[in-house]
Amino acid sequence: MTTMTERHKKLERNVTLLGVAAFLTVAIGGIIEIAPLFWIDNTIEEVDGMRPYTPLEQAGRDIYVREGCYVCHSQMIRPFRDEVERYGHYSLAAESMYDHPFQWGSKRTGPDLARVGGRYSDAWHVQHLENPQSVVPESVMPQYGFLLDSDLDIEPASRLKALRTVGVPYSDRDIARAMEDMRAQANPDADAEDLLDRYPKAQVRDFDGQPGRLTEMDALVAYLQMLGTLVDVNSAAAQEELATETGR
Amino acid sequence: MANKRIDEATDTETVGHEWDGIEELNTPLPRWWLWTFYLTIIFAIAYMIAYPAWPLIEKGTEGMLGWTSRGQLANEMSVADQARATVRERLARIPIERLPDDSDLMRAAVSGGRAAFKVNCVQCHGAGAAGSKGYPNLNDDEWLWGGDLRAIEYTLVHGIRQHGDIETRFSMMPAFGRDGLLTPDQIRDVSSYVLTLSGKEEQSPAASRGADLFAANCVVCHGENGQGLREFGAPNLADAIWLYGSDREQIAAQIDNPSHGMMPSWSGRLDPVTIKMLAAYVHSLGGGEDFVEVAADPAIEVDEQP
Repeated sequence: MTTMTERHKKLERNVTLLGVAAFLTVAIGGIIEIAPLFWIDNTIEEVDGMRPYTPLEQAGRDIYVREGCYVCHSQMIRPFRDEVERYGHYSLAAESMYDHPFQWGSKRTGPDLARVGGRYSDAWHVQHLENPQSVVPESVMPQYGFLLDSDLDIEPASRLKALRTVGVPYSDRDIARAMEDMRAQANPDADAEDLLDRYPKAQVRDFDGQPGRLTEMDALVAYLQMLGTLVDVNSAAAQEELATETGR
Repeated sequence: MANKRIDEATDTETVGHEWDGIEELNTPLPRWWLWTFYLTIIFAIAYMIAYPAWPLIEKGTEGMLGWTSRGQLANEMSVADQARATVRERLARIPIERLPDDSDLMRAAVSGGRAAFKVNCVQCHGAGAAGSKGYPNLNDDEWLWGGDLRAIEYTLVHGIRQHGDIETRFSMMPAFGRDGLLTPDQIRDVSSYVLTLSGKEEQSPAASRGADLFAANCVVCHGENGQGLREFGAPNLADAIWLYGSDREQIAAQIDNPSHGMMPSWSGRLDPVTIKMLAAYVHSLGGGEDFVEVAADPAIEVDEQP
């Protein structure tokens, strides 16, 4: 007993030694609790339908992050009855597999947006972003009308390249055609066949009600209209797979 | 620990450390507290065995009880479904045309629809379904696409101008000004004529010039007297209800470069029974119309079983 406390005294009096020992102790917790999440089936399973975001959706996502939408809106429907009845099927881990960083959020001042895609018209989104209170009188959301006046002036290829380095499987062609893809998705007159080939279920149209002009509003609405629409969670196969899952 | 001694003032043993003359009393934790602490450790071990806890090499431990959050949700959903099963089953079976005959079931459908409306519809149509500019009021008896139960249900299932649904309700008014079909002067004249239809303006030379233009360009959809045509969702222009405003400027703007409302299709998001309930609720708001001819339509399957 005495020797143990004597040894511990040594640890307490040497700040470097204490730091290293404290780090090792905490690391054990991290290795046991966090590290397995990178390889166990529960967390890395793939689902049909998930694809990387189109350059326009990705640009909208970047605006979503820039404007801090995640501060008030979550993108994570939890497996509780009240949430499922209000927002739709609970979120699957794979549905945010291409999010860097994910937008699960931690607080809902506004509603969850994980499955907001297709729930409203584009015009509703534009009007709601311009003046939220005009459609939801009790809303406390700020106004984002300036997005209609901000041209989408970005270089999407570099963003896709950056995402590829962290594991999003954009092909060389995706990156080479990023600019064309971005413009084509917001232009109903453009030939979008190639875009749709590489990004199934991409929605191609003028999103912001200003044909001929590509604005940040186009990008944000394109992103919102895509949310939760890629994976057919209610399909029989998906339900069967989910029903047999154990361990969470 | 040679320095342990009994402190005289408190009659308590010291722990034996001493720093610059300051000593620490060894006051043990209360027994009940200590045992509670041990119990929490035992509880934690039992919990880890009973419930999913440890992430391992291939997957997490599953726990002896086999509990999953998704399984619990499925149970809760099925309990809730069972509580509503009788009503939902009856609603699923009854053709919507027959719904008004069963007043109990109709009442149940309306209250279920009211709940679903609050979740899914109020964002556009408003809490009281009164709508706003661009979003129709559902309380009145003007219907763009039809106001009987079947028409309302169809609109809910397929939406209006829903991309990717070939059966969606669809129409597109030409942009008479933007596309150069009418000159600004002509649009002014047509606006004058449209305003006379509902008695908002007196007859004028401009209006009678507009009448000719109206006859040439607009009657196909809006009808000879501007009473509208539901096949194309063309609104009645001769009444006091205006979706995009009744001012001269607003009417001219709508002729120049029309706004087109869009309503999502709900078939992928809501189940058929909920859609039926929503149709019943919207129908009950005040403007619901009767079927013109229930029996004459052979497409309607009528279940005569009680």
